[in-house]
Amino acid sequence: MAKGIKVRAKVQDGVATIKSLMSHPMETGGRKDKKTGEPIPAHFIQEVTAEINGKNVLTGYWSGGVSKNPYLSFKVKGAKAGDKLKLAWVDNKGESDSIEETIS
Amino acid sequence: MRKSLMIALSLLAAGAAPMAAQASPESDLKQFQEYFMKRFPGVSLAEFGNGVYAIDKASREQWKAIEEFPPYETAIDEGDSLFHKPFANGKSYSDCFPNAEKGIRQNYPYFDTKTGQVKTLEGEINECRVKNGEEPLKWEKGKIASISAYLAYKSRGKKLNVKIPNDPRAMAAYERGKHHFYAKRGQLNLSCANCHQDSSGMHIRADILSPALGHPSHFPVYRSKWGDMGTLHRRYVGCNKQVRAKPFKPQSDEYKALEYFETYMSNGIPVNGPGARK
Repeated sequence: MAKGIKVRAKVQDGVATIKSLMSHPMETGGRKDKKTGEPIPAHFIQEVTAEINGKNVLTGYWSGGVSKNPYLSFKVKGAKAGDKLKLAWVDNKGESDSIEETIS
Repeated sequence: MRKSLMIALSLLAAGAAPMAAQASPESDLKQFQEYFMKRFPGVSLAEFGNGVYAIDKASREQWKAIEEFPPYETAIDEGDSLFHKPFANGKSYSDCFPNAEKGIRQNYPYFDTKTGQVKTLEGEINECRVKNGEEPLKWEKGKIASISAYLAYKSRGKKLNVKIPNDPRAMAAYERGKHHFYAKRGQLNLSCANCHQDSSGMHIRADILSPALGHPSHFPVYRSKWGDMGTLHRRYVGCNKQVRAKPFKPQSDEYKALEYFETYMSNGIPVNGPGARK
């Protein structure tokens, strides 16, 4: 199982429920290293986007307030089985990750 | 004076220990399981392996949601790699656990009549390492939890089958574990039974007390509180600390005896480890 983003997307009664788990340390920048006492630099997802068939359905602006390995779940009305979902994030360091999945 | 004192003591002992009198592990088991089946009607024996999630609807829904992305998955993968990586001397865990892929978790702990010791799964993992010239792993978390998770995963569905041979040393270990379970300890003066038997299903602040029936089936466990995997003995240490008792060492004789007793009491429940718990 690859790290990064895990996603489940299912349609029921015309509404798609998309659940995802993203691997990310989500450091606030306020913690200190236990051994050295040095502050651990902030490293968190700033923007998360979801697209269905190329069209944006969700944009989230996150901060250090979101915990490590964030879980994101949302519903989209009108999505159908077979639609292509793309979930992506960009963090404050400019790193990014994304996953594509077919809604079942 | 001594004679009347002896008579008084023996009467007191006979009256005060109905369980210990002529009880056998088999009758203890029957009584133990019947107690919980009666306390939680409608819960099957196998379901008790899911602890609180077998007895509380709201908790179960949250647990099901977490199981969509099981937090112990990385541990299973890590355990798989570690298990199959050869030692420096060329041998591997497969040499010590030839039936690992078929499922072995359900047979632990067992009483080794040769050494007179209770053998736990984690104990044998480290024995395998030391036998092959490797450093033993720490008992509570990390690599040992991952290897144990892999072995538990391979054993899913197999019913727990702990045996107590007709050997006074095995009986002594069983009785020691049983005593630990029922004895009060710590500043809070609580026994395992006070919470996990007498008050099982009730709330303790924001948590619900799990029934002791089914306790060991899902270990090692990913605990949200730890944000990490942990072995059964890691939990025992925590439990003792929670009642403000000085904990025993993981894989000490005391905890091995407790694991022996607890797992025997859960005989018949299928292995469902590694598990995810709050």
